[in-house]
Amino acid sequence: MTHSEPARTALRVAVTGGTSGLGRALVDAFAARGDAVAFVARDAARVRSVAAAVPGSHGIVGDVASKDDAHAIALQVGGALGGLDVLVHNASTLGPVPLALLADTECEDFEQALATNVLGPFRLTKALLGLLAASARESRERGERAVVVHITSDAAFTPYSGWGAYGASKAALAQLGRIWHEELAPHGVAVIDVDPGDMDTPMHAAAIPDADPATLKRPRDAARELIERIDRERAAPRTADVP
Amino acid sequence: MKAATAPVQRPRDARLLVVDARGGVSHRLRSALAEALAPGDLVVANDAATWPASLAGTHVATGEAIEVRLAGRASLAADDVRTFSAVVFGAGDHRTPTEQRPLPPPLGVGDALALGPLAARVVAVLGHPRLVALRFDGDADAIRAGIARHGRPVQYAHVEAPLALWDVWTRIAALPAAFEPPSAGFALDWRMLDRFAARGIAFATLTHAAGLSSTGDPALDARLPLDEPYVIPAATVAAIAAARRRGGRVVALGTTVARALEHAASQRGGLRAGSGVADNRIGASTRLAVVDAIVSGTHEPGTSHHALLAAFVSAKTLARVDAELEAGGYRTHEFGDSVLIERAAVRCGRDAAVARGWATLADAALAS
Repeated sequence: MTHSEPARTALRVAVTGGTSGLGRALVDAFAARGDAVAFVARDAARVRSVAAAVPGSHGIVGDVASKDDAHAIALQVGGALGGLDVLVHNASTLGPVPLALLADTECEDFEQALATNVLGPFRLTKALLGLLAASARESRERGERAVVVHITSDAAFTPYSGWGAYGASKAALAQLGRIWHEELAPHGVAVIDVDPGDMDTPMHAAAIPDADPATLKRPRDAARELIERIDRERAAPRTADVP
Repeated sequence: MKAATAPVQRPRDARLLVVDARGGVSHRLRSALAEALAPGDLVVANDAATWPASLAGTHVATGEAIEVRLAGRASLAADDVRTFSAVVFGAGDHRTPTEQRPLPPPLGVGDALALGPLAARVVAVLGHPRLVALRFDGDADAIRAGIARHGRPVQYAHVEAPLALWDVWTRIAALPAAFEPPSAGFALDWRMLDRFAARGIAFATLTHAAGLSSTGDPALDARLPLDEPYVIPAATVAAIAAARRRGGRVVALGTTVARALEHAASQRGGLRAGSGVADNRIGASTRLAVVDAIVSGTHEPGTSHHALLAAFVSAKTLARVDAELEAGGYRTHEFGDSVLIERAAVRCGRDAAVARGWATLADAALAS
């Protein structure tokens, strides 16, 4: 931060899938501007390594697809940050890899995609809603909202062949977010969809191994755009507040 | 009263016994709490999330099995998770009534405790063979992860099935702070919050480290509640002031809320936002400064929660409440039924609006 910028209150941010791709770039970018960041990922060694590489970040080992992990993750997020202003549901799975036609998709792979991409974000938002709503009550005077981000994809809206499990789960996630947004707006919590576009990430490489990385967005750039969007949403006028 | 044995936070038939400022008693469904309050009132809830504070393990020197129940810490600061006060039981688990649980092996300063992935040492014995201060090894993130993964919610023999965290977190659970759930908050769901808003009832929260409700040991139980840290947000202090200005009542959802607000109000300068440690006891001799009414579980006479209700109503009214709960078949304990008790009408000019009573205000609002 340069001295010419106005003072900004540091945010308390949680990012799922924080050890690679866009999630890792978000952890770096939030931490670099002084925000307090907790991130979640499944692999304990990678969580340790990112937490060590990003001073002040808090690594949490957990699987967003697991019902048993949701409250344990929420406890660690709230405990580490002392509150929560922004939650980014970035963790995601493609379903079958290599990508499969729906007719060739195993039911278990589809269920896993729904567990990670839909049920996981639902459970974690629910378990963290007390913290988000508390943040919104405390920042009402400043007109700020708590923000929940769902990472979506054009595959949620365009029926690409071979993207059945992923596309259907992301479509469900998008609708989940719209309904959350309706229901939580009076409580000062905004739930938004962000489609970061095609990025040079391990997940994209798994989906389209022969893509030319030079044609793909760098996660660092996508993270910067996403944070700008979050800042705008946070400051957007609050409507229909509860008394 | 009979114990509620199923871990269901909002049974459809959960009941609410309402005592108005003139001592009038009525029976309602708890799901209609919003309708039992009046426009202009402010509900203050404890949004503490509950630690899985029961840690099974061994006393390293003797190899004996123990159960550690975390019971307190000095503050709610994020880094303040190394040192806790704790109640230690010998072998066994919640299925044995606490009164029958064996003592742990004799505990001394420096004793090592192995608690799943966590390692701790006794740093003080606090005047009772079961009550210690312990200190965990490791950094704050590792300690929280260890408790989150290994700990189980504290529970008692009246609920047999093992509880999960989602059984004991209220719908508004936020910061991990409580060692047992602030169970008056089980009444709340998000539809009820919307109903409050629609009726012009304001809502605010504080965070209070609700402690253990019972240890089964009379000498230790007499020391409950232990000192409990709390944090009151500025928005909540503002909401209380606004309720006062419009003549609305401050309704504490739970004894922990009453304890925190009355403690804060008793400090120099009166009720302020910020953190504190509640070491007060509320009882018949307490003059309430902030709280006009309380929603609480149904408590047996002789418990500290029951004694707290005597600050709101006379002994005579409280005895009548006890009789009504008994006769009405109300259920007790954390998953049981509830009472809504308004402070007896009285005493000074400020209370004039309060003395109008629940029914009167509510009926007027419905008629208008």
